[in-house]
Amino acid sequence: MSSIQTRLACNPADYKSDIKPIWCPGCGDYHVLMSFTRAFAELGLLPEKTVVVSGIGCSSRIPAYTSCYGFHGVHGRSLALATGLKVTRPDLTVVVASGDGDGYSIGGNHFLHACRRNVDITYVVMDNRVYGMTKGQPSPTTEPDFDTALSPGGTGLSPFHPLVIALAAGANFVARAFSGSPNETASILVEAIRHPGFSFVEVLSPCVTFRPDEREWKNRVHPAPVAATNDPGKAARRIMTDDGFNIGILYRGNRLPYQAKAEPRTIDLAELEREFEL
Amino acid sequence: MPEVENVSIAIVGSGGAGALTTGNFLLEAASVAGWHGLLTRTVGPQIRGGEAAALIRLASHPVECLAERFDLLIGIDWLNANRFGAEIEVGPQSLVITDPHGGDLPAIVARAGARVVKVPIKEMAKAIPEGRPNMIALGLAADLLGLSEDILSVVIEKRLAEKGRTAIEASRAGLKAGIAAAADLDLGMRLAPPKSRTAQRWLVSGNETTGLGAIRGGVRFAAAYPITPASEILEWLAPNLPKVGGVLLQAEDELAAINMIIGASYGGTPALTATSGPGLSLMIEALGLATAAEIPIVVVDVMRAGPSTGIPTKSEQADLNIAVYGLHGDAPHLVLAPQSITDCLFTTQWAVYLAETLQAPAIVLSDQFIGQAVAVTDRPADIAFIGQRAKALPEAGAYKRYAVSAGGVSPMAIPGTRGGQYTADGLTHNERGTPTSSEGDHRAQLDKRCTKLEQFTYGDHWATVEGDGELAIMTWGSLTGAAREAIERVRRNGRDVRLIAPRLLLPVQPERFTAALHGVKRILIVEQSHGAQFHRYLRAHYDLPDDVRVLHRPGPLPIRPNEIEQALMQWSS
Repeated sequence: MSSIQTRLACNPADYKSDIKPIWCPGCGDYHVLMSFTRAFAELGLLPEKTVVVSGIGCSSRIPAYTSCYGFHGVHGRSLALATGLKVTRPDLTVVVASGDGDGYSIGGNHFLHACRRNVDITYVVMDNRVYGMTKGQPSPTTEPDFDTALSPGGTGLSPFHPLVIALAAGANFVARAFSGSPNETASILVEAIRHPGFSFVEVLSPCVTFRPDEREWKNRVHPAPVAATNDPGKAARRIMTDDGFNIGILYRGNRLPYQAKAEPRTIDLAELEREFEL
Repeated sequence: MPEVENVSIAIVGSGGAGALTTGNFLLEAASVAGWHGLLTRTVGPQIRGGEAAALIRLASHPVECLAERFDLLIGIDWLNANRFGAEIEVGPQSLVITDPHGGDLPAIVARAGARVVKVPIKEMAKAIPEGRPNMIALGLAADLLGLSEDILSVVIEKRLAEKGRTAIEASRAGLKAGIAAAADLDLGMRLAPPKSRTAQRWLVSGNETTGLGAIRGGVRFAAAYPITPASEILEWLAPNLPKVGGVLLQAEDELAAINMIIGASYGGTPALTATSGPGLSLMIEALGLATAAEIPIVVVDVMRAGPSTGIPTKSEQADLNIAVYGLHGDAPHLVLAPQSITDCLFTTQWAVYLAETLQAPAIVLSDQFIGQAVAVTDRPADIAFIGQRAKALPEAGAYKRYAVSAGGVSPMAIPGTRGGQYTADGLTHNERGTPTSSEGDHRAQLDKRCTKLEQFTYGDHWATVEGDGELAIMTWGSLTGAAREAIERVRRNGRDVRLIAPRLLLPVQPERFTAALHGVKRILIVEQSHGAQFHRYLRAHYDLPDDVRVLHRPGPLPIRPNEIEQALMQWSS
């Protein structure tokens, strides 16, 4: 994001809108919003040059709670929408917010291809391992024995590893954060936004309503014991074998971000029809 | 020999035999000689080895549809040709050239009583080093049509330049052999010399003119997911958008494609995608988002036979219902339909203009026939429609993205504009864009979106309205050309028939429709849909006279001018 216009001396409060969030009291997403505004302030982003794009779900309500431009689109398609925006407006900082249902289930295919395409956007998934807005159904990261009305006795399915999938698909920056540590999360977001290409940050963000057990996460999270690697294989092995509560930047890649092919010179519109002329 | 205004030729061969190349060379040579023409291909779903035919009509005047019958049919071989026998109808006057080793004539051809001549096309090709049967066929057709060896020789040189000298010389030898073999043959007619040439002429397909119309209208971003028969639009835009400072991105699926163009347009860049029925089905949800969030986008649907995968390579007009009614909720949007290869340029450009002006999604219903057909046509006139979006320059804190105004269009803040920050949303929202579930806001915004489309003045472009008379044909899209030709034939017999073909299908134009129908007592509705979707659409939105007949049939068999003519003649008696 080196080319992006910034300003100095900002206050996180400048990045908050006057709209009151719909989230439940105690929801982890409040802290993610706090991390957003702190990160934006630290980076000195201009609110009018920053766009927060999202899909559908509790976490996807975040754009309107910022003072930036926002787009709250349809379920699962935020990465595609953000991609069209960023390739045509490289002057903007584009941050995409999603959840485990929106991002990994209905939006799973776009996740793969956004990693692969490596457009310079930052993807923040607030993972609470449950569909909150529809009242407690299992998501792709929910444990197999989590009992719900839709999955009596649990799904019996193993959760998948979004961070490893991101690495396999080519994401250029992979990190895990915890909403309960907003300063740390803000620091990770700053690094993610600064890093060129597609940056993926999974934020463990408890759902206190449908997953009260996730209040315990604050006692389980711990800093990643080793520094970030630039070897995706090594990063994948670490993530596959850790306890899922390793917090920090886990991978920083060197891939060049996607750049739209530009012609050295543009032509007059009238020239386009030459190929049809007899 | 009688002189005719147009002549129809079909070249048939299994995939790889090169029948389509023969057709392309023939059309190009005819264009050099000054004629107009049209070439469509009929192919199976196989990439190689399936059946294929080039269907060509050459004329001394511009043509927009194929004739009902072929005057000359050349079969390089007849492998699998039975599958489209109905599409290559011949009559007693027709000349059929067949290779004695090319298999049996399709039953429908054999029954027609045409003159059948045997020419050993493949053996002749084998006698030439690197010789190919399709060049023998080219020579046969050229001689029968009175196209000179010189003209075809130049076309071969131009088109095969990349293949090298050997290929060019082999093709020329084949051409010569074909011409020699035609010496004793007689087509029984001669194509009238071209009418005086005034306009610059183009050799172009509807998918190409669609791409050009998009760029001329202001499109600078396209998202692409390949699908037959729309891919050529995207493949034309891919190299050409960057030449004018635009971008094309290949999407992972149609869901991504439409959301990408919404993102680009939200950022201020006019944007388009092109697809066919299955892709349009996937895009419907996001079309609703563009309606609610008031983001201008254009989606071109090059219709093919459906439902589901249907017949990907063949035309049908059966996506009207999904385009008009497919969106959930009350979602006013634009639906347009081009009427010819050149009209793809106008209609797409107009669609971009309307979408941008009205901040609404536009669906353009093209079809496989006009999309993939190639025509030698007069250069279409330039039009002035260039997308102009009302942009906001708000003062901080006061901006209402969805302010309700008399015309319904509210100026849009583009990211980067200070003080214009808002969140675009598919949720029902108030004037500021903030989500709400209040009855008042919901109704006010529904009213606003409806008003802006209904109050706009679309002008005479809404439809083609030609002629007078108490009898009218109502049709749409690519069938307009066949209907016009049928009407011309009936007029020669002294009867006037009116042609009414709406180019703008949504929003409906009741007042203009009533004016166009003034004095009409009987209507023949013509459409290529099993369910008579256009007829039902007209019934739903317009008042029709009591006396209505419907000529409708699904694809892939095109409705030809003579069928329409017969339907008109039966009625008048």
